[in-house]
Amino acid sequence: MPRSREPFPRVRFGGVSAGRKAMNVLALAACRVAAWLVLAPLGLILWHLIEKGRHALNWSFFLHMPKPVGEPGGGMANAIVGTFVLLGIAAALAVPIGVAAGVYLAEYGRGRFASVVRYVADVLGGVPSIVVGVAAYGLVVVPMGRFSALAGGVALAILMLPTIVRSTEEIVRLVPRSYREGALALGAPEWRVTQQVMLPAASAGIATACMLALARAAGETAPLLFTALGNRFWSVALDRPIASLPVFIFDYARAPYEDWNRQAWTAALVLLVMIALISAALRLTTRRIR
Amino acid sequence: MDPNDPPTRLRDRADRDTTNREDPRERGKDVTLDTTREPATAMPPRPRPIATPRAGGEPAPGAAAAKLTARDFDLFYGGLHALKRVSLAIPPESVTAIIGPSGCGKSTLLRSFNRMNDLIRGVRTAGELTLDGADILAERDVVTLRRRVGMVFQRPNPFPKSIFDNVAFGLRLLGVRDRSELEGRVELSLRRAALWDEVRDRLERSALQLSGGQQQRMCIARCLAVEPEVLLMDEPASALDPTATARIEELVLDLKASYTIVVVTHNMQQAARISNRTAFMLNGELVEFDETSRVFTSPRQKLTEDYITGRFG
Repeated sequence: MPRSREPFPRVRFGGVSAGRKAMNVLALAACRVAAWLVLAPLGLILWHLIEKGRHALNWSFFLHMPKPVGEPGGGMANAIVGTFVLLGIAAALAVPIGVAAGVYLAEYGRGRFASVVRYVADVLGGVPSIVVGVAAYGLVVVPMGRFSALAGGVALAILMLPTIVRSTEEIVRLVPRSYREGALALGAPEWRVTQQVMLPAASAGIATACMLALARAAGETAPLLFTALGNRFWSVALDRPIASLPVFIFDYARAPYEDWNRQAWTAALVLLVMIALISAALRLTTRRIR
Repeated sequence: MDPNDPPTRLRDRADRDTTNREDPRERGKDVTLDTTREPATAMPPRPRPIATPRAGGEPAPGAAAAKLTARDFDLFYGGLHALKRVSLAIPPESVTAIIGPSGCGKSTLLRSFNRMNDLIRGVRTAGELTLDGADILAERDVVTLRRRVGMVFQRPNPFPKSIFDNVAFGLRLLGVRDRSELEGRVELSLRRAALWDEVRDRLERSALQLSGGQQQRMCIARCLAVEPEVLLMDEPASALDPTATARIEELVLDLKASYTIVVVTHNMQQAARISNRTAFMLNGELVEFDETSRVFTSPRQKLTEDYITGRFG
């Protein structure tokens, strides 16, 4: 092919024009403002919660049981423990199922069945939490004949599932193909490849996804109202109604007693800090794994 | 085996894979392999053949002592005819280079020998591939096949684990649990891959921190740890700098005394330097396969001559 001898068209490059520099500064500023706008609500909420919640924040809040109306003091020990119990049940149900389903979708999921599963998971993710509560009521409360911690855990697990399934799928898909080929070429059966190469490589991401799901579930109130119900007394029995922070917040915030309102603010603060601490702890552990 | 009946073969293949995945015999087999293993310094006994040689099957001409053979081997990616009636016999304990322009089917042929193409959907095959006379394509136990026929890839692919865990990976799959045996074998493999002196003090560090050339040698060590008989190398040095390439080439020359090595390469000088025999492929066909010295000095085919003198490709 005869190559054209024409010189490459010359352009005179001046410096970057003032207009472009200004545009650059503007765009950067806009990004910065947007980042602050994301942070602002969280900051405001936190500040507000500390402001309102600090009055009732003391050791007895964590250690004592709720007092009857009119008696000052008392705490929410049962609700704090109850929240952990509910989250424990929900995680024990949703994490194994969700991770397994996500891995299935990423590694083996092809064809019609897999796309149905994906679609259903997406739809489930959009179902209002109160509806999930009704479902858990029908699934667990009605057959058992009473409200229970188990029913609350099931409701929260259903809420967590879609997030876990879909995130796990995405994360496992991101593991480089070469890991899989390398392991197979060493004579690893498929399930060992999944278990020993793909899952460890994706573990940090999967843990983060589970955490996000758990954090969301921790604050859910609606699905607990007619599953776990709430309990003013100490109970950790799985087949009995159990107290939880979100339901306490809901009840105490609506109550006409100032004392209760103050405690509701404190409960909200404690719940928020709890979630933040769990996230931070998890981040540290997954970082060490890597 | 009827090459005109691909759908049945495909279904057949799918069945095989499922049985493999869930084969409960896997465990028992690991245990047997494990108990027959000797201390790390000795070479373990070779696993038994993947299948008994076909009774009365006539070996391909010149294939009497061949380690790997292909006979009239065809491979299709969907509608694309990627390999066309390829026949060749690869002798044991030697280095065979496969050269040819991009897309000529070199890697495809290589990956067929340990059935890595099973991972790709829509692949159909016809013809015959054998390992020690046993049919590779009909083999149900792909896992054992891949243990015997190891593979090193173009890009180093260390797992995100420590160097030790990478090299021990295949051993653990075989059921080796004893710490001192693992250590002995990891060391032996790293020594054979000429990497031991560089990593002996940091076996617990992540393999991802090694340089590219070190990663590739670690991948070779990982492969050697399970005592394969055949080593398939898919452009093992193409992602490496010249120094690292030279080390890999030295390594290949060291290893050929005890392994059958098949190397796909884009680099013709490399093929000339390291291989005993060279196969030249073009458009899915095997054009020429002969002693390396012969292919590079007096090729029989005009096409080969044109390619190695740089007239195309």
